[in-house]
Amino acid sequence: MTATQWQPSELQRTRDAYRRSRARRSWLIALLSSAVFVGALVLSVGTSPGWPRVRESFFDLSLGWQDLPGLLRALWINVQIMLITEVFVLVFAAIIAVVRTLQGPVFFPLRFVAAAYVDIFRGLPLLLVLYLVGLGLPALRLHGAPDSPFVLGVIALTLTYTAYVAEVFRAGIESVHPSQRAAARSLGLTHGQTMRHVVFPQAVRRVLPPLLNDFVSLQKDTSLVSVLGIIDIVLTAENYQSQDFKFVHYVMAGLIFVVMTVPLTRLTDWVARRQGWQGSGGGVV
Amino acid sequence: MSVPQTLAAPLLSVRGLRKSFGKSVVLTDLDLDVPEHTCTVLIGASGSGKSTLLRCLNLLEVVDDGVVELDGQDIADPRVDANAIRSKVGIVFQAFNLFPHLSVLDNVMLAPRRVHRVRRQQAESDAVAMLERVGLSDKARARPDELSGGQQQRVAIARALVNRPRLMLFDEVTSALDPELVGEVLTLIRELKSDGMTMVVATHEMGFAREVADQVCFLDGGRVLEQGPPAQIFGAPQEPRTRQFLARIVAAGRL
Ligand SMILES: Nc1ncnc2c1ncn2[C@@H]1O[C@H](COP(=O)(O)OP(=O)(O)O)[C@@H](O)[C@H]1O
Ligand SMILES: [Mg+2]
Repeated sequence: MTATQWQPSELQRTRDAYRRSRARRSWLIALLSSAVFVGALVLSVGTSPGWPRVRESFFDLSLGWQDLPGLLRALWINVQIMLITEVFVLVFAAIIAVVRTLQGPVFFPLRFVAAAYVDIFRGLPLLLVLYLVGLGLPALRLHGAPDSPFVLGVIALTLTYTAYVAEVFRAGIESVHPSQRAAARSLGLTHGQTMRHVVFPQAVRRVLPPLLNDFVSLQKDTSLVSVLGIIDIVLTAENYQSQDFKFVHYVMAGLIFVVMTVPLTRLTDWVARRQGWQGSGGGVV
Repeated sequence: MSVPQTLAAPLLSVRGLRKSFGKSVVLTDLDLDVPEHTCTVLIGASGSGKSTLLRCLNLLEVVDDGVVELDGQDIADPRVDANAIRSKVGIVFQAFNLFPHLSVLDNVMLAPRRVHRVRRQQAESDAVAMLERVGLSDKARARPDELSGGQQQRVAIARALVNRPRLMLFDEVTSALDPELVGEVLTLIRELKSDGMTMVVATHEMGFAREVADQVCFLDGGRVLEQGPPAQIFGAPQEPRTRQFLARIVAAGRL
């Protein structure tokens, strides 16, 4: 079979030309509609009566640019909180998810506690959890209880995000077909081994996109720890703002968050694409 | 069914079909005519491109080149409405591919309801009639995974037939079935043939091929290497490659 010698027929060339022209047309339409949209946005915002004032307060970027070193230094706190929280969340969420899938009446108390925990902390607003843990826990004056705002912030974030991620894991575990479990148990693997070597690896692969989604969300929510008085990027911006009453400092902090989440978002897309059914049997539909 | 087929205009006519995946060329310069109300059986080694050809005929693959005429219309043309063509061509897969989250009845009703916009009552009575036709009216409310393989495959056939296709494609529809379940599916295909359905069937069941085929096509090297009535292909194959293939089948005890 000589792939190199094949030349498309006249008919096929007209088909290919048609497909190309359709593709060009789609691009053109996309371009045009984007231009119209952006144009309308700029026009309506730019001609609004309050725009000059808003621009001066929010978008004086030469002023905001001077914040960059200070903000980036403060960002390191957010990054530390994020990374440490993620590790805890992964471990605890996996445990809770597995506990929730345990069968048999013996495990009822465990299942109940896990379910109750998830229900409560998925429902509680994060800000409330931060106040409860960050201000309530130290107020108890328990011996040995942490009192560093950093540690308390990590605990609060972990409590909330573990509840989310545990549900993501559980959905993944339950989406693995029962025949996989049967096949593993038929080979003599225990329930635990089956989970560890057969079910969980498949589940994790399947839930990677929603998992990364939760981590992007966590990345942003680290900014809420500023309510505990941690000098993170948001509190730093607030300090700048209190000096000149310009909001551009918040805008800069926001831009930094966006720039920081973009790589993770792209990674999520890439993983999702790779997970998708492509190649064998995928085809054009 | 041997005299009229030379007279009937072909319902499906393939000329110079080419299909490759990346660098691997699976079909090249393939010609095939399928007269109306006849059954064409595709045979050939595993990997010879039978499934790919059937998928091209149902526009599940974009062809690289060539003409695929159905009812005189070139369906390989990017300007045709692929969804409309697909609903005129039914395909049944080796692995059934039923929708596991829908009941048997809903599997059969999905296309009539969503594609052809048939009213629920009408669609339901059509679907029930079709399930009766394949002998499964008592399983209408069951989920696919509650059925045997043969039953699932008969549901898949009903799901394709309910669209009233002009052409039916069967891709090794019994290969995933237990031997004792093969019969019920083949019987159904036989009945379809005697109803006058135009069919292209890829199969390894040579006995069935011999019995049901009006023409047998041997796929090799991306082409139809040899074709003819079953008596000729199985009785007196001309090409050495065909003989080799049939000898292997005989050795495996499947002829
Ligand atoms: N989606 C695909 N991507 C790459 N190669 C494919 C794809 N589908 C089929 N092939 C290749 O095309 C060849 C023919 O496959 P197939 O049509 O399934 O053969 P058959 O049905 O006769 O066994 C095989 O070599 C197979 O590996
Ligand atoms: Mg095949």
